[in-house]
Amino acid sequence: MSKIIKNGQIVEDAWQVVKLAEGETADAVTFGANQLLPLAVWQARKDEILALGAPIGVWLDSAEGPEAIAGDLAHFAVVAVNFPKFADGRGYSTARLLRERYGYTGELRAIGDVLHDQLFFMKRCGFDAYAVRADKDIAAALAGLNDFSETYQAAVDQPQPLFRRRAA
Amino acid sequence: MYRYDSIDQQLINERVAQYRGQIARNLAGTLSDDELRPLRLQNGLYIQRHGPMLRIAIPYGLLAADQLRKLADISRRYDKSVGHFTTRQNMQLNWPKFEETPEILGELATVEMHAIQTSGNCIRNITTDPFAGVAPDELTDPRPWCEVLRQWSTFHPEFAFLPRKFKIAVNAAAEDRAVIRAHDVGLEIVTNESGEIGVRVFAGGGMGRTPVIGKVVREFLPRQHLLTYLDALLRVYNRYGRRDNMYKARIKILVNALGVEEFARQVEEEWAFIKDGPATLTDGEFNRIAAHFAPPAYESLPANDTAFDEAVAGNKAFAAWVKRSVRPHKVPGYAAVTLSLKAAGVAPGDISDVQMDAVADLADRFSFGELRVTHEQNVVLADVRQRDLLEVWTLARAQGLATANIGLLTDMICCPGGDLCALANARSVPIAQAIHQKFDDLDYLHDLGDISLNISGCMNSCGHHHVANIGVLGVDKNNEEWYQVTVGGQQGNATTLGKVIGPSFSAEEVPDVVEALVNVYVENRTDSERFIDTFQRLGIEPFKERAYQGRDRKKTAKQATGEANV
Repeated sequence: MSKIIKNGQIVEDAWQVVKLAEGETADAVTFGANQLLPLAVWQARKDEILALGAPIGVWLDSAEGPEAIAGDLAHFAVVAVNFPKFADGRGYSTARLLRERYGYTGELRAIGDVLHDQLFFMKRCGFDAYAVRADKDIAAALAGLNDFSETYQAAVDQPQPLFRRRAA
Repeated sequence: MYRYDSIDQQLINERVAQYRGQIARNLAGTLSDDELRPLRLQNGLYIQRHGPMLRIAIPYGLLAADQLRKLADISRRYDKSVGHFTTRQNMQLNWPKFEETPEILGELATVEMHAIQTSGNCIRNITTDPFAGVAPDELTDPRPWCEVLRQWSTFHPEFAFLPRKFKIAVNAAAEDRAVIRAHDVGLEIVTNESGEIGVRVFAGGGMGRTPVIGKVVREFLPRQHLLTYLDALLRVYNRYGRRDNMYKARIKILVNALGVEEFARQVEEEWAFIKDGPATLTDGEFNRIAAHFAPPAYESLPANDTAFDEAVAGNKAFAAWVKRSVRPHKVPGYAAVTLSLKAAGVAPGDISDVQMDAVADLADRFSFGELRVTHEQNVVLADVRQRDLLEVWTLARAQGLATANIGLLTDMICCPGGDLCALANARSVPIAQAIHQKFDDLDYLHDLGDISLNISGCMNSCGHHHVANIGVLGVDKNNEEWYQVTVGGQQGNATTLGKVIGPSFSAEEVPDVVEALVNVYVENRTDSERFIDTFQRLGIEPFKERAYQGRDRKKTAKQATGEANV
């Protein structure tokens, strides 16, 4: 078990990220409990996975758009979005689209190069779980969720921009 | 000008605390240099050739006198008593200490200033016309629009890690003075046929390695849709802009790859989902912000001040300065004054602490306590009474701020170059100074009239050389400094990219080459022609021929604009 931040708390977590090695196809995966499966595996073996009857988790890489799973969201207990490098910001758009356009309400987890100083932005874009990079101090990173007490823009955590609330 | 409320102030204070923590973690070893890098860049901190450089944000170039005094104070206490104004209307400090940067940001916060998003792959400082609010040719004051954009872009959660930097400029005047066509997004404030106000949106412009003129992606966008449309546009860029090659990551590459029609279509498609959502700008908010830019308490004055007219008639030096530095104003009896930071022997755009204090005093005494930084790296006092011009000139002259060269050949835009900047291929300031020395006769400069000469020390093009009548670009050939020359660029409504005239020159040759180009103009001009007009009539050949005349130049120079086909 490793630790993640979920809903603002540090908790034990059983989900394992399954990755396909170079050249490996979806057939290579042996299913087990609490697996976060690559999009390719979900797409290739959807019926098998559904037949297992267990909670399902899927992860999107930074180049994989949310459109690919938009119709499947009701099946997922966890959707994770990978940040291969923290400076790759595509996952922020992915997260907003999952929440705001496709109505996903389950756990949305940031995985990969997930660090203290990006958590605030991730939270704003709709993430509620963060697999902080293993070599970092997760307790210290927790503070990153609350770097700012106000926000100008509309986003997932605060759908009203400041100017609509300021005026009130 | 816009003044912070308690929320704006709190956000800036929290930013200082956040940054202080990041630097502390870096010094403690829990935040690596690579991890800190994008974070410090988004607070304006570069690590340069000799140490750090801090770029301080001056939103749309507007400063209050007390803010400039604070910059003077900071430059004295934390730097070498000098600041440098940039082409994004910001200020750079070239010698701060890394460990002291949190203190500097703390100081800035006390006067409603910061260094947020002055670098990094995010939305940068919004720029606009330095004569905003006073220019006779403007449709409306663009500054409230800029402030709306400043707040929207500040800590935008979705767009903090874009493929590359993103620059937005706004123009509301008949003549574009904000180079909007050379920006990632350029916004031209216009009215539609029914009189509604909004913007024409240009996208995909930019200088840098692959200079491109921006293209219209939307002819008219009503004001209330400004933010949702930009959210959609940025989202398309964030998702689909290239991230595999930093030289191909700007939005211009995406726009060109898709074609502007397809890019615009994708933006419209994305926008349809968020249009009319909560981020739709309200009239109430726009008016709240616009109220901060209400005109100051102008006096009722005659359109022409007799004493001023007499002074112009009787004082040749003053008259020369008035001709170049004083511009008409919306309000009778007032004028806008440009103070030149392009004196001989000074790095273009540099301003000393003493000069900063002096300019702040001038602003307080003569211009309602405000001033503007121009993208040409000068300073504007926008609201000076005609009858005060002589005194302003006298005081500015005493500070070396009244060189009568605005818009002339020696009013060069110039980046800090290889003397300071780690990115530079070559030095730029010594070239500017050598050109200045060669053209030190003010009467001759006035006779030459409007010529823009811009210098960049590398193809990042901070010196805007692509849009200069004469552009000079530092290139590196086998670890030697060489300079490529372009001719025929211009900014404004007819923004044009200059053309490379051929193989590059050594530093020593550059002033002679400039002289050769100028001579072609002088020998061929008609009475009413500016340099650019003569160039457009004659074409590049006579300029090219003269520039290389008597120079035994083998075709060795690799063209620095090698990606022009992208």
